[in-house]
Amino acid sequence: MTASKTTSSSDLILLACFAAAVMAGPVILAPFGAGYPDLLQKFAIFGIFAIGFNILFGLTGYLSFGHAAFLGAGSYTAVWTFKLFSMNPIPAIIMATAFGGVFALVIGFISLRRSGIYFSILTLAFAQMSYNLAYSVLTPITNGETGLQLVQTDPRWLDTTVFGRDYGSTLPSSDLFGITMTGYSGFYFCAVMLIICFYISMRIFRSPFGLMLRAVKTNQNRLNYTGVNTRPYTLAAFVISGMYAGLAGGLMAVTDPLAGAERMQWTASGEVVLMTILGGTGTLLGPVIGAGAIKYFENIFSAYNDTTLMNIFSFLPEGLQTGVVNILGLFVGDGWHLTLGALFMLIVIFLPGGLMEGVNRLVNWATARFKNKDDGAPTPEPAAS
Amino acid sequence: MDAILLQILNGLDKGGAYALIALGLTIIFGTLGVVNFAHGALFMLGAFCAVALKSLLQVSFVTESATQKDFLGNPLKIETPYIEHWFGDFGSFLIEYSVPAAILMAIPVMLLIGVTMERGLIRFFYKRPHAEQILVTFGLAIVLGEVVKKFFGANPIPQSAPELARGMVDFGVMLGFDPGAVPYPTWRLVYFLFSLAVIGSVFAFLQFTTFGMVVRAGMADRETVGLLGIDIDRRFTIVFGIAAVVAGLAGVMYTPIQPPDYHWGMDFLVLSFVVVVVGGMGSLGGAVSAGFLLGILQSFASMNEVKSLLPGIDQIIIYLIAVIILLVRPRGLMGRKGVMES
Repeated sequence: MTASKTTSSSDLILLACFAAAVMAGPVILAPFGAGYPDLLQKFAIFGIFAIGFNILFGLTGYLSFGHAAFLGAGSYTAVWTFKLFSMNPIPAIIMATAFGGVFALVIGFISLRRSGIYFSILTLAFAQMSYNLAYSVLTPITNGETGLQLVQTDPRWLDTTVFGRDYGSTLPSSDLFGITMTGYSGFYFCAVMLIICFYISMRIFRSPFGLMLRAVKTNQNRLNYTGVNTRPYTLAAFVISGMYAGLAGGLMAVTDPLAGAERMQWTASGEVVLMTILGGTGTLLGPVIGAGAIKYFENIFSAYNDTTLMNIFSFLPEGLQTGVVNILGLFVGDGWHLTLGALFMLIVIFLPGGLMEGVNRLVNWATARFKNKDDGAPTPEPAAS
Repeated sequence: MDAILLQILNGLDKGGAYALIALGLTIIFGTLGVVNFAHGALFMLGAFCAVALKSLLQVSFVTESATQKDFLGNPLKIETPYIEHWFGDFGSFLIEYSVPAAILMAIPVMLLIGVTMERGLIRFFYKRPHAEQILVTFGLAIVLGEVVKKFFGANPIPQSAPELARGMVDFGVMLGFDPGAVPYPTWRLVYFLFSLAVIGSVFAFLQFTTFGMVVRAGMADRETVGLLGIDIDRRFTIVFGIAAVVAGLAGVMYTPIQPPDYHWGMDFLVLSFVVVVVGGMGSLGGAVSAGFLLGILQSFASMNEVKSLLPGIDQIIIYLIAVIILLVRPRGLMGRKGVMES
């Protein structure tokens, strides 16, 4: 990454551009067939998840394979807050974030005693334990395989006593002071959260704390030898990323009040790793872009099947058409995971820095070309991210 | 007492599978220094060798029976596998014994897969950080799983053990218990003995052959072996192939115990990683003993008496042990001092 000088003004510009792009998301993405709220919500939620994961993995280099546990825990907390207190999303996401943080504190306190692959396996073990327990012993809390759902007879204590709201016989959906959290209002709620999260992550990246985390990634031994105790820093990073994951889980419950244990499975943890790597580990924008790209392509690819492919390639001669469709058919529809795995491998093999590295390489290459043409002309610095 | 014996026996077959997968994992780690998250997928591929062979042998043609009618009055259709048609009794014998026969098929297939994997992908990752090795092999595991799903479908495909090994062995009688106190499926016993045999031959191979000696030397100090003029890379490629074969054989023989599906790779991977860590990274004996130990502990944890005492323990016992081991003895039960301890 280019360690160029970044002033707070250029950061502000980046933040403003980011906020504008997110807010205008429905318009910008409409031509790509992604301008509808369900998908946009996913972009925002997984963007938050990946930003949080990046604070841990991108800055400290600790590869956690158990982050989905915090996501799932956040979802369960949010649904329980809906059930017990209020259908307002704000208490739900506060509780989800807080619980994600506490959960991460416990797991991180233990896991961070080891580093490298042992850390990965410890986090993986904890996540698998949470997943298995959510399916078995914790069924009274998690409702097992059915998933935790809202029911009419929930107490909703705050709603009934403080706000005096009675939902009658309808099953309520979450609403922010009367605005239902579905469709575009749900998206904008998530979008505001995403922008806040992006801002916080930016502040962390630029802070002395963030510098310390990078130092941990670069050479932890040297830090230890100079007398720095790195544990509090890594633990703080772990808890922060756990809170992000909890928030993301909470938002999932806000947009769709249902929580299931499958969100905790370790393949879900693998997905967020992929998002971060695809976008660019250790960059600010990368994880959001990675999350968006994966959710977008998941959506697109899953929608195709052999018939639609046949239509697309109907211009080819018959034998060729079936051949092409048979090959492409492996990668779309149910085969989306195959594409995901192949993409994962390609990125790790050829572009370990992710899309952001690719963009930077392109920009560098372009500027080099530009320089050669007009000798000595001032060239714009590649946008630091 | 007989209950305890039964649980130990129940743990042996699963423990054998864990031990075989973990053995391969730890050999790969010890020689190549690569963390292979696709090793569970190799186990799954082995299992699907058995499935493929079975369905290959059962390719049949349909004849209409001249005498028998089905319930609609049409002539009854009889499916005869070609192999039975061609070879008669030997053909039916082959179908009956398709799972053990698949061993013969799995050895070359898995060796080929292993060598291809090492030459085509893994060798580019020797010098890259462990995190990237984990990620790329994780991606490969997903790809392999999905390819298998594409060909064999998402549902588990039950395989049957040969007729001879389908029954139960009354193990208790031999040890003086009442008849019927310790029943044990014969195939599981076969599996246990098979895993012991495979483990024994891997150890013998490493211990008593020149090739094995070079490999062991390479595990201890790769650079010096290279300086002695030995092409250690080529040996390690073969080692990777052998590890793939071991995992594949474990998978082939496990199919009658549990119907294989494409998800096996992931399921067994996590568990066998835990086994490797508990046994100690790079320690062969550690991997084997930890495999059996965890298999037996898991079977004890699923006893009703234990479950009523500690609800949910059967679900988490393995992970719990891994966490404890990693925290109090990070090099594992039998790991060498200083190897991957941090």
